[in-house]
Amino acid sequence: MSLKIIEARCKGCGICVAFCPKQVLGISEIEKVKILNASACITCRQCETRCPDFAIFITEPVPTP
Amino acid sequence: MFMEQLIEKYFRPGRLPHIWCPGCANGIITGALVKAIYRTGLDKDNIAVVSGIGCSSRASGYLDFNTVHSAHGRALPFATGIKLAAPQMTVIVITGDGDAAAIGGNHFIHAARRNIDLTVLLYNNNTYGMTGGQYSPLTPTNSKASTAPYGTVDRPFDLAALARGAGATFAARGSAFHAPMLVDLILSGIRHKGFSLVEAVASCPISYGRQNKLGDAPAMLKWQRDHAVPAAAYEKLNDEQKADKFPIGVLHQADAPEYTEEYAKIIARARKEGGH
Repeated sequence: MSLKIIEARCKGCGICVAFCPKQVLGISEIEKVKILNASACITCRQCETRCPDFAIFITEPVPTP
Repeated sequence: MFMEQLIEKYFRPGRLPHIWCPGCANGIITGALVKAIYRTGLDKDNIAVVSGIGCSSRASGYLDFNTVHSAHGRALPFATGIKLAAPQMTVIVITGDGDAAAIGGNHFIHAARRNIDLTVLLYNNNTYGMTGGQYSPLTPTNSKASTAPYGTVDRPFDLAALARGAGATFAARGSAFHAPMLVDLILSGIRHKGFSLVEAVASCPISYGRQNKLGDAPAMLKWQRDHAVPAAAYEKLNDEQKADKFPIGVLHQADAPEYTEEYAKIIARARKEGGH
């Protein structure tokens, strides 16, 4: 599992869902991000890079932030 | 370094979630700022972050540096004072389009004229979000705002060009969508010796976006993706092609004497000639 979600920070804006190239993410009924298909994640960091709420992270080290 | 640890390092504990609206790009830009600061390798105690008033200026309260959340439009005077008192300090100004270009417009041109070594990170969301979506000097012509229900008549500033004309020695523009590039631009701005402007095109889906029917937060970021053009390529476009595009990248860079260094020389001369 290479994704970490901090639900308390998520405002359900849908940016991560829209930019994920592998349809890993969705929005739950309580308007928070939820993981639909963790095994499809390619750790591209599109979600992490553009999450405006610091609510989703890739749990692998990044060489040059 | 893990990205979560990097964020935690530069944010004050317990300050997240922040106050910004769902989908507001201010968080993306603030994230880009701390990533750039990480890459400078500077100690947190040697950095001052000064902000004015507005949505963007809330950022100073979240960040764990020497911070000042100052008066509307007056971040640059506060920052100028800090830089003159402690020239070894890296001083970063966080401001918005209204804060810097309207209320603080005069301070902006004069700080640029002096070429004082400050880095201004301007979050441009095209509106006064905090006070209800009034139009700012960077709102595009014909856009709707709470103070322009039929569209604005005003022409917006090209702030990078204004900064250059006023004497700034570094001017760049990035966007929240191009966040990794924005990190590079902020880093270049911090490393540049002199007055640096980094305009970050933000998005305000809740106020400006709704008033102008620009879609949701992802749609507004996709608009940036589709309308930003690297500066070199932008220059090759004709006027018609330029009409709905904006250039990103380093737009101006020059060498000129830096204010605090010149000021130090004057102090030394005064002491010598004044016999103190």
